Amino acid sequence: MANRLLFTSRRRGFGGGRAAATSELRNPERELFYFRRRLSLVALLVFAAFCGLFGRFFYLQVVQHAHFETLAESNRIAIVPVVPNRGIITDRNGIVLAQSYSAYTLEITPSRIANLDETIDRIAEIVDVQPRDRKRFRKLLEESRNFESLPLRTKLTDEEVARFAVARYRFPGVDIKARLFRQYPFGEIASHVIGYIGRINDKDLDRIASWDETANYKGSDYIGKVGIELSYERELHGTTGVEDVEVDSGGRAVRTLKRTPPIAGNNLTLSLDIGLQQVAEAAFGDRRGALVAMDPNSGDVLAFVSKPGYDPNLFVDGIDPANWQELNESPDKPLLNRPLRGAYPPGSTIKPFLALGALTMGKRTPSQAFHDPGFFQIPGHSHRFRDDKPGGHGTVDMYKSIVVSCDTYYYLLANDTDIDDTAHFLAQLGFGEKTGVDIEGELAGVLPSRAWKNQRFAGKNFRDDHRKWYLGDSISAGIGQGYNAFTPIQLAHAIAMVAADGVGYTPHLVKTVQNVKTGETREIAREPASRLAVKPEHLAIIKNALVGVNKEGTSAKAFKDAQYVSGGKTGTAQVFSLKGEKYTEHKVDERLRDHAWFIAYAPADRPKIALAVLVENGGFGAAAAAPIARKVIDRYLLGSTEPGAAAVVPGVSDDESD
Amino acid sequence: MGALLRVWDVLTRRIDTMLFACALAIVGVGLVTLFSAADQSITRVTSQAMSLSFAVVLMWIFANIAPQTLARAAVPLYVLAVAMLVGVALFGVVVNGSRRWLNLGVARFQPSELMKIALPLMLAWYFQKFEGRIGWKDFVFAAVLIVVPVYLIKRQPDLGTSLLIAASGFYVLFLAGLSWKVIVGLVAAAAAVGPMVWTHLHDYQRERILTFLDPGRDPLGAGYHSMQASIALGSGGVVGKGWLNGTQTHLDFLPERHTDFIFAVFGEEFGLIGAGVLLLLYLLLIGRAMVITANASTMFARLVAGAITLMFFTYAFVNMAMVSGLLPVVGVPLPLVSYGGTAMISLFIGLGILMSVQAHRKLVTT
Repeated sequence: MANRLLFTSRRRGFGGGRAAATSELRNPERELFYFRRRLSLVALLVFAAFCGLFGRFFYLQVVQHAHFETLAESNRIAIVPVVPNRGIITDRNGIVLAQSYSAYTLEITPSRIANLDETIDRIAEIVDVQPRDRKRFRKLLEESRNFESLPLRTKLTDEEVARFAVARYRFPGVDIKARLFRQYPFGEIASHVIGYIGRINDKDLDRIASWDETANYKGSDYIGKVGIELSYERELHGTTGVEDVEVDSGGRAVRTLKRTPPIAGNNLTLSLDIGLQQVAEAAFGDRRGALVAMDPNSGDVLAFVSKPGYDPNLFVDGIDPANWQELNESPDKPLLNRPLRGAYPPGSTIKPFLALGALTMGKRTPSQAFHDPGFFQIPGHSHRFRDDKPGGHGTVDMYKSIVVSCDTYYYLLANDTDIDDTAHFLAQLGFGEKTGVDIEGELAGVLPSRAWKNQRFAGKNFRDDHRKWYLGDSISAGIGQGYNAFTPIQLAHAIAMVAADGVGYTPHLVKTVQNVKTGETREIAREPASRLAVKPEHLAIIKNALVGVNKEGTSAKAFKDAQYVSGGKTGTAQVFSLKGEKYTEHKVDERLRDHAWFIAYAPADRPKIALAVLVENGGFGAAAAAPIARKVIDRYLLGSTEPGAAAVVPGVSDDESD
Repeated sequence: MGALLRVWDVLTRRIDTMLFACALAIVGVGLVTLFSAADQSITRVTSQAMSLSFAVVLMWIFANIAPQTLARAAVPLYVLAVAMLVGVALFGVVVNGSRRWLNLGVARFQPSELMKIALPLMLAWYFQKFEGRIGWKDFVFAAVLIVVPVYLIKRQPDLGTSLLIAASGFYVLFLAGLSWKVIVGLVAAAAAVGPMVWTHLHDYQRERILTFLDPGRDPLGAGYHSMQASIALGSGGVVGKGWLNGTQTHLDFLPERHTDFIFAVFGEEFGLIGAGVLLLLYLLLIGRAMVITANASTMFARLVAGAITLMFFTYAFVNMAMVSGLLPVVGVPLPLVSYGGTAMISLFIGLGILMSVQAHRKLVTT
């Protein structure tokens, strides 16, 4: 049966190939006959399939009609999603940093209203509507998806709710709804860590779809946009519940028939100490900059400062254009997350790491000393790479090179070391790669090497001599200038690694995740992530020199009379213009000043805190950045609160913080 | 007067009256239902009517292109479509977690749409070229021509479209005379491989199948759609609740009621009688298309016409079976009824090709 339905000519084709087949006479009638036979079979199948469909319709519409009619009649049951409570974010001591509360909003469904402006005018007679509310509503309207209702006014008072309820019949398409709002009690403090939530937009919808969570976000209006709120969105959101609601013929809810309650999102406990954070932010005053303090034994981030900050509460209901413009266009860049996204040349803070590399690679011994005339010249070149001290530091060994921050010592070292070897060693400390901290947007910075330069200047716009690595490049890089650019969190991570005797932890801001329903608490993993391949005696030499810096070196003044022994290193970096910075005349002088760096850890024998401080255009590192580090370490180790820097917990008792 | 007659002749010469009348009747049903589904807003109806007029013009153009001309375009079209699919895999735009779109600067384009036409044309061209000496090797080669785009679309991932395109390729093979042994073998292999496929499905695909088997497990998603559609159809009864009177529709219980689930709106308001009439219209249209296919004069014309006819049937059947709960929820619109310009245009181009096959049949036989 089977083969008869194939074309007859095909059979010869099998054995003899095409040459034989072409000579054969075609038989169009026969072919057509077989084709039509197949087509008739198809026609039969089509007919049968449609009969099947008709049968199914008959079953649904006649046999089961009564059943479905009752269902439709009683299908006054609307299935309504119930939005879960978003998880609470607290600091390591349980102080609330982000919470949700319920409030009434006045919402308009634009598709059900003919004349929006006129309706809003009429509403304004009953409830207070500011021009700012109108503007925000317009903006939401432009961004909105089709049929949703949009808030005109948020946080109505009880009196306003009562007044509108009386007049509600006059406003079809306008409703009062209870919604959950997010509040950040500390405002600007730690804003770059916590981030904020905002209304779900098209991009967010794609993201939700890619998690396959579209159903779970039915009814949700907000989603994490920045910071912890973004990176832990899926922990914080929770599981949407379902309510079967009986509706009247107009579609309004009458009563709830069945309810599957929502499951609240998980609560997050940060490793951050908000009291310490406040001290750190206050220590900056009006200056711009960044600070990252870590526990070197766990990777816990204790303080994470990016100055200036912004008030995340502004973003929650949709930021109004005036505030947005102010934040977005300010030359101080309050929206820039400096610890993660500010890449600055490390200046002299790179020296202890380079010295450690020199010991490990056998390029230097601790006692090997050089004479410093105050400058360095590449043999055969006239250009002088200068030291910061005219006339030089005299005879300099490794200890002294770190304590007085001697540039010439490091020019000579760079001259003796291949840049690729240096890059290879520094990469072990995490330079030039993301630390993997648990908020998004981190930059990798630049760890220069031949391969990097070749790739950076690839393409038609550059010539080969742009791509070539010069000795001069190595010399600048040798004191932390040149192409080097690292983020504050990278420096904090590197000094923490030295403090912990070469053990590296991935920095993390969230300590534990608590499931509200089961009460279960899950720790964020803090296994060592990397280990430095160095000898302990070499590490000891570097740590001894770092202690020397705070005792008798560049930052001795800042650490005078400290009740603990600490290690540190100052740094001053020539200005590296931030991308897209505009020329602003009255600020230009200040903005051309050097950036001040300080890295430190304490106590020296058993470190509990390691940190990196950067003050933008702060000038000399010892003067601008080291005192900030001193305040933070004092507070963390001794609990001392300086006047004006006390931990004030808005709206919450601060008993827990001390 | 004579000139006018000549213009009329040029306009209508290649138009198949019965095919066109059936299509317009179905579109009419669609517009009436759309008005109700869109809460009596006229904007969607006018927008659909605009698409319709554009689609009819394209239909006329394709009806006037001889099948031989189409055959010449088959290979370049197929190669272009495959190249674009590869382009999508390499630099496509990701929407909803799937990489389906190619950004052409001005607009985003979904190459799988082009493949829906390109694959049957390509296969029909191939079988025509070797007509009369088609051996098993040709079927193997044809299978490769099918598998390449199907694989590329499947990994976007877009399982639904890849299955539909695989079906269109299979229809051509079947009509070209694929051995029954092979067909039975394929069916048996599919049955054997089924359990293995399950482990390779994406979570959301498994979820869809599980939801089909038990709609209650996903009350906010596809299961809810399916239940509400059954309620709409069933409560319509024999004569329906009357135009604009469907409670399911107007109390917002029906999801996607302009597009994939529009048949539920129709069934609720016009009942079994309405559904029967619509089935009959589809049957007439497909029947006429089959007559055209049977009378086609060349192998190419026959295979292309057959594939278009069967795809028409497949879309209509899959959609109505889905809405009435016989198949899981897959995103297939109801041809000529669901809201959407792209689908309307492709369908009328298909009708245009059928008309061309019918109109050009004598020219070739002589």
